[in-house]
Amino acid sequence: MSTTDAHLIFERSRAGRSAVAQAPRDHAATRIPANLQRKSAPGLPAASELDVVRHYTRLSQKNFSIDTEFYPLGSCTMKYNPRACNSLAMLPGFLNRHPHAPASHSQGFLHTMFELQEMLKEVTGMKAVSLAPMAGAQGEFTGVAMIRAYHDARGDTERREIIVPDAAHGTNPATAIMCGYEVREIPTDASGDVNIEALKEAVGPQTAGIMLTNPSTVGVFERRISEIAKIVHDAGGLLYYDGANLNAILGKVRPGDMGFDVIHMNLHKTFSTPHGGGGPGSGAVGVGERLLPHLPVPHVIEDGAEGYRFATEADYPETIGRLAAFAGNAGVLLRAYVYMRMLGREGMQRVSEFATLNANYLARELERAGFDLAYPERRATHEFIVTLKKQAKSTGLTAGDVAKRLLDHGYHAPTTYFPLLVPECLLVEPTETESKETLDGFVAAMAAILEEAGRDIDTIKAAPHHLPNRRFNEVAAAKALNVVFEAPAEADTLARTGTSG
Amino acid sequence: MSEAPKDLKYTKSHEWVRSEADGSVTVGITDHAQELLGDLVFVEAPETGSSLEAGSACATVESVKAASDIYAPISGEVTEINEELADSPEKVNESPFEDGWLFKVKPSDAGELDALMDADAYAAHVEAES
Repeated sequence: MSTTDAHLIFERSRAGRSAVAQAPRDHAATRIPANLQRKSAPGLPAASELDVVRHYTRLSQKNFSIDTEFYPLGSCTMKYNPRACNSLAMLPGFLNRHPHAPASHSQGFLHTMFELQEMLKEVTGMKAVSLAPMAGAQGEFTGVAMIRAYHDARGDTERREIIVPDAAHGTNPATAIMCGYEVREIPTDASGDVNIEALKEAVGPQTAGIMLTNPSTVGVFERRISEIAKIVHDAGGLLYYDGANLNAILGKVRPGDMGFDVIHMNLHKTFSTPHGGGGPGSGAVGVGERLLPHLPVPHVIEDGAEGYRFATEADYPETIGRLAAFAGNAGVLLRAYVYMRMLGREGMQRVSEFATLNANYLARELERAGFDLAYPERRATHEFIVTLKKQAKSTGLTAGDVAKRLLDHGYHAPTTYFPLLVPECLLVEPTETESKETLDGFVAAMAAILEEAGRDIDTIKAAPHHLPNRRFNEVAAAKALNVVFEAPAEADTLARTGTSG
Repeated sequence: MSEAPKDLKYTKSHEWVRSEADGSVTVGITDHAQELLGDLVFVEAPETGSSLEAGSACATVESVKAASDIYAPISGEVTEINEELADSPEKVNESPFEDGWLFKVKPSDAGELDALMDADAYAAHVEAES
């Protein structure tokens, strides 16, 4: 069987072919009133069960995933997703709970979510947590929306700027704009820290807050965070913590103790829920004292004899409101809960210890193999940056080339060309779940690419060679992307005929 | 080293400015800037007739690597934009100083031009940055 087969399931469709469900099911659809039932079947592919199994098995074989390959994608924390999290989150009691079920019928689930909130509070040093945001970007939006609500509630409406360091994730300035703020960018100094003088110049009565990632996106800990917090607070602004790099400090340092007023966490990164296919995610937010009244609903509270229930607008009249129909992605939250319970307090410390140990080991080994680190004098956090600036000039080997050639060696590429302030960069994050043998194998592959670049750059420029698809024309992929399937008009092979329901 | 024509003025953020005979100025991004960005896929120019404030973000270029703001090198009114870039943003990569120009401005204070760098100062700036 070839993994290069690029047919869509729609193209495998032959009229009249079908598969029969293997398990009997309740025909709930027949109870839908006749006037609400559709009159013709939807244009779904008609295929045999074997065709369907082969089609999706082939598709899954094209996956480059954490379950098949080392995936050191910096800033994304592609750690192993323990199977126990999956199986426990799939317990029927959780799986079959209707989101509209009354609290009295949902005490187990609500208790679990309450404990998750409490654990996240403890590990981040915040006063309260809401699990409502559905993903990281929404968590960011929630955080800055609360900052806005705080200033507005005080009648402090002249604060129109959010300060964002140039090393920030692109989502930070985007979030500030979405919340109606202007972005004020400040530079990073040569050692990778925020430029304090530039920060002092930037703050003022127009400052609503600063968005900061610590450790930062250049893979180093922001050493003067207390000073930064004081400068921003003295100017009347608030501090927002982007939780993208929480894995580096888990159980060691708490954003709340650093002076942050609000934090979003990517449970799908730090707390190991699957996210390789685009989610679903969880952007839980934590707040300090100042933002407590504005926390989004619903989140779980303890209510005396009633047990646990979701807090609503009635409990939090100054809440920024709701972010979705329900409280976050329950399945993701449950997986994160199990993960945290399995680790315990000591286990969480081991996460950050091994994540930073692996990153520093890998950084030194790559340096020994001939690669340049962007910040060689700094200890890496859970990730670090390699710059191919020298090689791009001498042999033409760019960061993009290394990324493509690594695929041939069976490794997912690190993050390329981010952060933008380091030329020809690879942002490498091994995570704590990889063994020394895996890291050594990666170093060997990187060394082989470096050696190959000196004698045969053309082979690298055409990589990948061993994947279902070769190198894309990235300009055409960006400008003329076409992912629309158009069914052939002459032969309608889809299952449009037949009865509905 | 990338090219930087002697008759142009430059900003630290890698825009170039050419003074035209009619008193207007043409603005683009430097060869060095397009090299850093990589192949461009999209250019969002300011609107004709809009007024620019020197140093503020006024346009966006997007490449296969990143989206990047373009900062107005000079204050004034936008008199013309390079319409061809809508369909052919690659002109900025191919010819950053000629066919790949971005927009033209009628300066409100031509004296602002004096604050910009000449080619030698810009070359030194690029060297210091890299």
